[in-house]
Amino acid sequence: MSAVVVDGLGKAYPRASSKALTDVSFAVDRGEIFGLIGPDGAGKTTLIRILTTLLLADQGTASVLGHDVVRDFRAIRALVGYMPGRFSLYQDLSVAENLAFFATVFGTTVEANYHLVADIYSQLEPFKTRLAGKLSGGMKQKLALCCALIHAPKVLFLDEPTTGVDPVSRKDFWGMLGRLREGGITILVSTPYMDEAARCDRIALVQKGQIIALDSLAGLVESHATETYAVSGERLFPILNDLRAYAGTRYCFAFGREHHLVLKPDAGGPEAALAYLRGLGHQTASIRAIRPNVEDVFIDLIHEQGQ
Amino acid sequence: MTEWVIEAENLTRRFGAFTAVDAINLKVAAGEIFGFLGANGAGKTTAMRIFCGLLEPSSGRATVAGFDAMTQSEQIKQRIGYMSQKFSLYGKLTVKQNIRFFAGIYGLSRREVKQKTGEIVERLGLTTAADTLVDELPLGWKQRISFAVATVHQPKVVFLDEPTGGVDPIVRRQFWDMIFEASSRGVTVFVTTHYMDEAEYCDRVSIMVDGAVAAMGKPAELCAEYGVASVEEVFVALARKATRHGD
Repeated sequence: MSAVVVDGLGKAYPRASSKALTDVSFAVDRGEIFGLIGPDGAGKTTLIRILTTLLLADQGTASVLGHDVVRDFRAIRALVGYMPGRFSLYQDLSVAENLAFFATVFGTTVEANYHLVADIYSQLEPFKTRLAGKLSGGMKQKLALCCALIHAPKVLFLDEPTTGVDPVSRKDFWGMLGRLREGGITILVSTPYMDEAARCDRIALVQKGQIIALDSLAGLVESHATETYAVSGERLFPILNDLRAYAGTRYCFAFGREHHLVLKPDAGGPEAALAYLRGLGHQTASIRAIRPNVEDVFIDLIHEQGQ
Repeated sequence: MTEWVIEAENLTRRFGAFTAVDAINLKVAAGEIFGFLGANGAGKTTAMRIFCGLLEPSSGRATVAGFDAMTQSEQIKQRIGYMSQKFSLYGKLTVKQNIRFFAGIYGLSRREVKQKTGEIVERLGLTTAADTLVDELPLGWKQRISFAVATVHQPKVVFLDEPTGGVDPIVRRQFWDMIFEASSRGVTVFVTTHYMDEAEYCDRVSIMVDGAVAAMGKPAELCAEYGVASVEEVFVALARKATRHGD
């Protein structure tokens, strides 16, 4: 049985010019880390709020562990943990008080479930008398995760837990999620960072209220294989502009110290593109075929939509 | 001779017993794109506030656009641009009203304000959205308008504090196209980011750890020095050594 089933969900907000969600369907397997990846405004938060029974959809149905999000909302609330995008703990309670509060609300105690949070909470323990409002960003994130876990939920919903967090803290946070998954919990997590796709079992790419692709990372890269070339050389910005002006270019974007180039089918391949660049005086330019990454796939899909 | 737009010499800022910025030294040349990297809590924001004339150093020296951060912060404020995710535009004003407002604040004449407003609206392809409330625009547009507004008075240097969060990969790159373009016009760009591929776009980067500059140089040189393939790996190697945590 799937942990989460979403079928034809639609949602529009009053006064908004476009729909927040349009006909969204997918299923999350038990025990997997499922990533919703997309920019702000794509509909990720709306979807998570519907699944955590905090918002009603206009169309479609959804269930969590077999419970309908509308009819059985009480059952769902006891079974899921939720970490909202905005820090929502009590700022004027201490670290320990916040954790005890969330345990009590769910009819349990910190002692009974301490083993679930021990790994993360041990890092907070030296500060347990500090007010939550006085914690640093990384500490707040860890406390919020503990509070979402203390009632032993079966499914964890995390709404952009790593936004604005530096690369090292993000790696650490994903390490924690990996260890939780080994404990058997199902995790649905949203993120705007494409590189985090590699940490998920499966990902859904979300854009403008729709899921534009859904697969494992390897599957996505496989199925959307557009021939992609990496171009490097001195004076990267002029090279970028010149490649965009090239008649054979479908699109070209900067990727760190290289540009990723996708050519039109009839463009004469990478040799012709390189000859063009050399002709413009880019003597150091080089070009090679690469395996596209998740960002290439996303760009390809959005670019197709934009056409 | 190189014109230095930002210079810090043993720049230090303490808050009580806590040393947020610990004797940092750096120089940023005119027209350079300089990436100012560091983990949350490494001291980036404090240093940036000093460079923007918003906070006095405890010791050491910082000059920005030729003015001293301790004694001439008002002159600095007039010659820099600043943009962040948190503070950017007024959502309840239209695109045009925002541009007019900020151009006015920066002391442009009525004629210049009018001319600049037209220019920006056209350059960003916003002719049809010029009278739309900023709140109703997509995030990517807001970021590009913010950048245009932050450079409306042709500052010597523009400070960008995590300017590209939350947008799709194409929109994020369109923003960098604007940065490259501004840099090619001679604007100095001082930028913080958590996207490590963006660090690679910079002419030079510095990486702060526990209030100090732990590494500085061209991305390719840093990678060679640390024997790794990307700035991200340099960053991780250095930030792992931090003893200080959090924001």
